[in-house]
Amino acid sequence: MNKKLVMIGNGMAGIRTLEELLKLAPNAYDITVFGKEPHPNYNRIQLSTVLQGDTTINDIIMNDWNWYKDNGITLYTNEEIVKIDTVNKRLVSDQGRISHYDELIIATGSNSFILPIPGAEKHGVTGFRDIKDCETMIETAKTHKKAVVIGGGLLGLEAARGLLNLGMEVDVVHLMPYLMERQLDPVASKMLEKELEAQGMNFLMEKATAEILGDERVTGLRFQDGTTVSADLVVMAVGIKPNVSLAKESGIKVNRGIMVNDFMETSMANVYAVGECAEHREIVYGLVAPLYEQGKVLAEFLAGKMPEPYKGSVVGTQLKVSGVDLFSAGEIMDDNTTKAIKVHNEFDGVYKKVLIRDNHVVGVVLYGDTKDSTRLFRMLNKKEDISGLTSVSILSSGCEGHASNDVATMTDDDLVCGCNGVSKGTIVNAIQANGLTTVEEVGSCTNAGRSCGRCKSLISDILAYTLGDEYDKSAKKAGICGCTHLSRDEVVAEIKEKGLTSVKEVMNVLGWRNEEGCSKCRPAINYYLGMINIENHQDDRDSRLVNEKMHANIQKDGTYTVVPRMYGGVTSAKDLKTIAEAAEKYDVPLVKLTGGQRIGLFGVKKEDLPSIWADLGMPSGYAYGKTLRTVKTCVGAKFCRYGTQDSMGLGIELEKKFERLDTPHKVKMGVSGCPRNCAESGIKDIGFVGVDGGWEIYVGGNGGTDLRAGDLLGKVETEEEVMELTGAYLQYYRETAEYLERTSKWLERVGLDHIKEVLADEDTRKTLNERMDKTLQRYIEPWQEAIQSKEIIDKYYSKQEVAVPVR
Amino acid sequence: MMNKIELASYSTLPERIGQVFSIDGKEIALFKLTNGDIHAIENRSPHPKGGTLSDGLVSGEYVFCPVYDWKISLTDGRVQAPDTGQVNVYPLEVSDDKVYIIV
Repeated sequence: MNKKLVMIGNGMAGIRTLEELLKLAPNAYDITVFGKEPHPNYNRIQLSTVLQGDTTINDIIMNDWNWYKDNGITLYTNEEIVKIDTVNKRLVSDQGRISHYDELIIATGSNSFILPIPGAEKHGVTGFRDIKDCETMIETAKTHKKAVVIGGGLLGLEAARGLLNLGMEVDVVHLMPYLMERQLDPVASKMLEKELEAQGMNFLMEKATAEILGDERVTGLRFQDGTTVSADLVVMAVGIKPNVSLAKESGIKVNRGIMVNDFMETSMANVYAVGECAEHREIVYGLVAPLYEQGKVLAEFLAGKMPEPYKGSVVGTQLKVSGVDLFSAGEIMDDNTTKAIKVHNEFDGVYKKVLIRDNHVVGVVLYGDTKDSTRLFRMLNKKEDISGLTSVSILSSGCEGHASNDVATMTDDDLVCGCNGVSKGTIVNAIQANGLTTVEEVGSCTNAGRSCGRCKSLISDILAYTLGDEYDKSAKKAGICGCTHLSRDEVVAEIKEKGLTSVKEVMNVLGWRNEEGCSKCRPAINYYLGMINIENHQDDRDSRLVNEKMHANIQKDGTYTVVPRMYGGVTSAKDLKTIAEAAEKYDVPLVKLTGGQRIGLFGVKKEDLPSIWADLGMPSGYAYGKTLRTVKTCVGAKFCRYGTQDSMGLGIELEKKFERLDTPHKVKMGVSGCPRNCAESGIKDIGFVGVDGGWEIYVGGNGGTDLRAGDLLGKVETEEEVMELTGAYLQYYRETAEYLERTSKWLERVGLDHIKEVLADEDTRKTLNERMDKTLQRYIEPWQEAIQSKEIIDKYYSKQEVAVPVR
Repeated sequence: MMNKIELASYSTLPERIGQVFSIDGKEIALFKLTNGDIHAIENRSPHPKGGTLSDGLVSGEYVFCPVYDWKISLTDGRVQAPDTGQVNVYPLEVSDDKVYIIV
């Protein structure tokens, strides 16, 4: 029977230890992991990018549930170990589960340090440490306005930037006169403060928080100097505290962290500690690179190899805030024994300081330009003798073309990705052996650049250095997907020039790397073909995105949503009855009004789609397509006492004319009968507002991810003019936008003035409308088509029950 | 105990469109590739949020998960980098134009 290895904690350092161990000795242990969070191992460093809205929680999962399964690891999440019985080698969890261990790793990490001040337990006070904290902040930002972050260090500033992105007003309270005083000298610190102030942060420096005010929920802070400030949310980012209480109670020696020797052994036999909870030679590390080094040593030790003892690490820091480029490592303050090389270019906002003692670099502070950070960090870490170098060559590796030079001077064992311990040699080998061409590919192959991301520009340099001209070609010109170097404009030009007519032909003639393309290029090519070959385009249904292929919205359980067309959001008692009967007949789990004034039937089984469509007898509402979605209307002049124009009438006319049209991305319209704008025309792709004597047409509005108010395209008098201008505008968008580019992005890219100029010409409008009208003629109603075709039903909408024969 | 179950006729299987079979409560998606090869995989993505695979876009010997766009090999069920995971694959047999699955 295998020895039992149990790990308390399911975070980055611990799981990395297991990964290293599985590489060295895949079958040596039966492994069990206890984690008190409900998630598999995720990249805690990237929480600030989640908060800042650049990634999602899903994207930062590093080891998904399958990883545990595939490696035979038993994982208990949401379960905390409450007792270690080192005498009998037993663990007790908060669920009462008792586990035996032969070897035990404590990797409990650390907790946010919550200031022991009155009111710290109130609602609205949080740390910034895990997914839950992150979710608390995101939720709070939806309903509250004012946040105060206590702590002007790395974590506090990243949290503050995230809260700004979430639309909150943010005060940052800092005890010291300078931000990030442990990583930056006063000059760099002031530069940072100025930049962040410009980004919208408000700093309250040299303030000690005395009390958190409020009843159940926080309302503000009082400082020791008697002043107060209001707050709906307080984020404590004053530091982390190693999570050592369990070890301490179990009789394991603890100082600030759990004390370990150079092999990560604690004072208790067969018990190890690794990561932020461990204290090695009186240092507790909080950055990922040293923790991974510790994990490696422990893994080798557990695999029965005698590793090189862990001797401690020098760490470098960077701040993950957009618009701020800074790096620091080693010592930061000048003293009598150091000599500094400094550059301070106030005009460009660049500051560089390299501290030197006895011909060795002992500290680096870079602000505004960090491209030399890797090289300087390497000099610092390797204790290179710099007596032969000039000051200028130390500060900068050269002028133009420095990148490759920098790579060329690196030796193969020079570290590129400090977080994951990936050397230049490993990356170069991976590029050559696997034909890698992008930073992402290098990441998925070697792990380099997948933790903090700081080394990505260096990886790109290594790619350029290794591949030479080949890389320049692929890197500088982004193809529409990984299958081709060709851009959207080049693909469109080739289709026109060579008269290409099918997706297959395009990929074939234009030398696609993947013969059958991918989920990015095939729908795009199909769209471009349809846009260009107006009259004889053969739609490639199997190259469409799933919802368009199925003419319904797929849900994550594989069921679909059915939304019937309801022109202008206007329905009748008869139609409502029909919909209600269908919902009952097919036992539809959810009937809901959609955002675009339609009725959605959610959770319909794929094999029921054709029959529910037949029962409804209504056209598809196209709630799923890159097409005209809905035209939302207000009641307008027909009933409303404020209405100046017939908004329902125009809305229905627009929807009837443009329905089913393929567009680069979805298009939503709104028609309001007066400037009160009940149909929210200001945030639609095209919005119409009735005014006395005519209509205002707004374009490029967006109510989605990137909120944008529409711009006034023009004012016209009659409905005929509305239809004419709308048709021309839409067709111009169809002909010039990239596939999956919303009108708001397109409009910002090409410019409103440019569009106005194009549409000002009557002949241009006329030809655009002619192409539009011809395109519209080719569509047929897809639900009716499906109902009447056994072939379509069999191919796309069937599911067969197969009986298992009994033997 | 292994069962050999008849699923479909090979020649009438549409290319590059997953066909769904429910066997003993478990959903299997059967794919016929452009080169004529056929593969059967469990109709469930290993993505933490789930998702079905039968309606995904097929390219060569891969299917793109229609819900989260993971690229999954139909030959061995492996999720392609940078994502990771494994989908169950089932052996198939063809004789006399009949496709059998071994479960």
